Amino acid sequence: MNNDNIGAMRRDRIDITVHRAEILKDTSIGGIFFFCALLSVLITFGIVIILLKDTAGFFKEVSIIEFFTHTRWSPTIKPVEFGVLPLISGTFIFTFVTSAIALPVGLLTAVFLSEYANERTHSVLKPALEILAGIPTVVYGYFALVYVTPFLRRIVPQISTFNVLSAGIVVAIMIIPTIASISEDAMRAVPKSLREAGLALGVSEFRVTITVVIPAALSGIVSSFILGISRVIGETMAVTIAAGNLSRIVNPFNISDALLNPIQTMTAAMVEIGLSDVSGHSVAYKSLFAVGFTLFIMTFSLNLISQYIKYKFREKYL
Amino acid sequence: MNGISRGDINCIQKNIYNRYSNIRIEKIKGKIFIFLCIVATLLGVISLVTLLVYVFWDATAWLNLEFLTNPPSRFPERAGIYPMLVGSIFLIPMVALYSIPLGVGAAIYLEEYARDSLIKRIIEINIANLAGVPSIVYGLLGLGFFVAALGMIHGTLIVGSLTLALRVLPIVIVSSQEAIASVPISHRFASFALGVRKWHMIRTVVLPEAIPGIMTGTILALASAMGETAPLIMIGAATTIFTAPRGILSSFSALPLQIFAWSDFPHREFQHGVAPATIVVLLLILLAMNGLAIFIRLKFSRKEH
Repeated sequence: MNNDNIGAMRRDRIDITVHRAEILKDTSIGGIFFFCALLSVLITFGIVIILLKDTAGFFKEVSIIEFFTHTRWSPTIKPVEFGVLPLISGTFIFTFVTSAIALPVGLLTAVFLSEYANERTHSVLKPALEILAGIPTVVYGYFALVYVTPFLRRIVPQISTFNVLSAGIVVAIMIIPTIASISEDAMRAVPKSLREAGLALGVSEFRVTITVVIPAALSGIVSSFILGISRVIGETMAVTIAAGNLSRIVNPFNISDALLNPIQTMTAAMVEIGLSDVSGHSVAYKSLFAVGFTLFIMTFSLNLISQYIKYKFREKYL
Repeated sequence: MNGISRGDINCIQKNIYNRYSNIRIEKIKGKIFIFLCIVATLLGVISLVTLLVYVFWDATAWLNLEFLTNPPSRFPERAGIYPMLVGSIFLIPMVALYSIPLGVGAAIYLEEYARDSLIKRIIEINIANLAGVPSIVYGLLGLGFFVAALGMIHGTLIVGSLTLALRVLPIVIVSSQEAIASVPISHRFASFALGVRKWHMIRTVVLPEAIPGIMTGTILALASAMGETAPLIMIGAATTIFTAPRGILSSFSALPLQIFAWSDFPHREFQHGVAPATIVVLLLILLAMNGLAIFIRLKFSRKEH
């Protein structure tokens, strides 16, 4: 073995160690990225833990039975009472009104974009609709209070300054793109051959849409509806500004009272407490987390159901 | 006539007639349906355009340099938005600083490192769900974690920007994932074939190609953070402030908060003057950010062959 060979071997060894260092570097960088991804899971846990901690503190001072059965919500004005039912009732009626507008309009928009619009119309309409979702919700609230309510007052003079209807209209406009774009994706995934089979049997175009395309895309449509509803439940600024801050149990069957008078949703109640200067130890501060936790459970389970339906009941085509 | 009677023929004729009249009705129904679809599609857009016209109309008399450089005031003619404008502009780079490294890192892991395993599925489902958590709940997270647990001072720029960064993180991750996934797999193989390691390949091949897409998605996410109000109220940001923030530890306010504060001021000059002017400034900032995002997308979009 001559010196040259030994030198070559040494160089090889050096190469191998460099190689090892590089492998180590590579793995550790992969680890850093894994941590970034893991952080998103930690955020979910963080939300749950933070909300649970102060909610538990809240239930030490206010019984859980009072929270879920009492019919009056008055966190700061004495006598204080923490019944969440008026807020849930307010959230329910607001969600119902908004969905009644947004779901049909969103679905018909999706039908138009997927079945009737040609490529050029589509390329204009799609970004135009996206703009609706890009306007901040505080601006929608302002629209409702300053322009929509006075406009509605010309038609129904007895409407209050703060009311469910105008807040519902603007929030419906805001969530149309969410519903339309998920439903449209689902309808586009329905194979052309199914439509053609229907047309070949002599079925008219619109009946093919109703009896073939929509049923085939139903899982996506339903999941878009649920996601939209979850968005409405968590909507904050537009309802705070335009629907008022009057916590009350709303009778959903007295339509004019439910539509034309102020309410208070869970989110609006949270903003009200957040704006009043509450110290970190007051019951009102802790009630913020109890309401927030209720809201989180509602929206999170709706989101999970939406995803479950989307994947579980999806029609699969070869 | 092989057993077909005059009555049968009449019956068949009637059926055919009915069928054709059904087709006419069917066609009318189809037209009505298309009409409804078109109305539904245009409804939102037209309403929004109308409202925007009103806002711009109301804002025109109030938008001037003094409005941008004055602090807010009880008197509409002296009111300005300078402190909130500075607050909103400070928020952009800070939110970007916190959310981009984490978001892009998570996206690289999910697209380049993770195998199709349960962990990957759990992380992806979790991210989709985080994107659906109401923004006000992120405000509670910021309040409970950064303020109550870590002892930061409420209403400061740092708490506000960290909270908003958490809020937009899911959007940054998903859009970065899309950008990274759109880099053709063959480019990765070509790089591996030259014997480089994974991180080297990602750094020199995937990221340079994905950066325009990542930037587009991130700018849109930042624009949505600019419009957030509820989380900032929750972490104790003031709805009105008279001096601009001087550093990350100063208390601050942002344009959406001021819009909220002015939207129910009783004077007509606020509802139909100062508030619309503030909205126009905010919308112009968002428009500029969206325009930049679209410009980047168009400029760097790969031609598909």
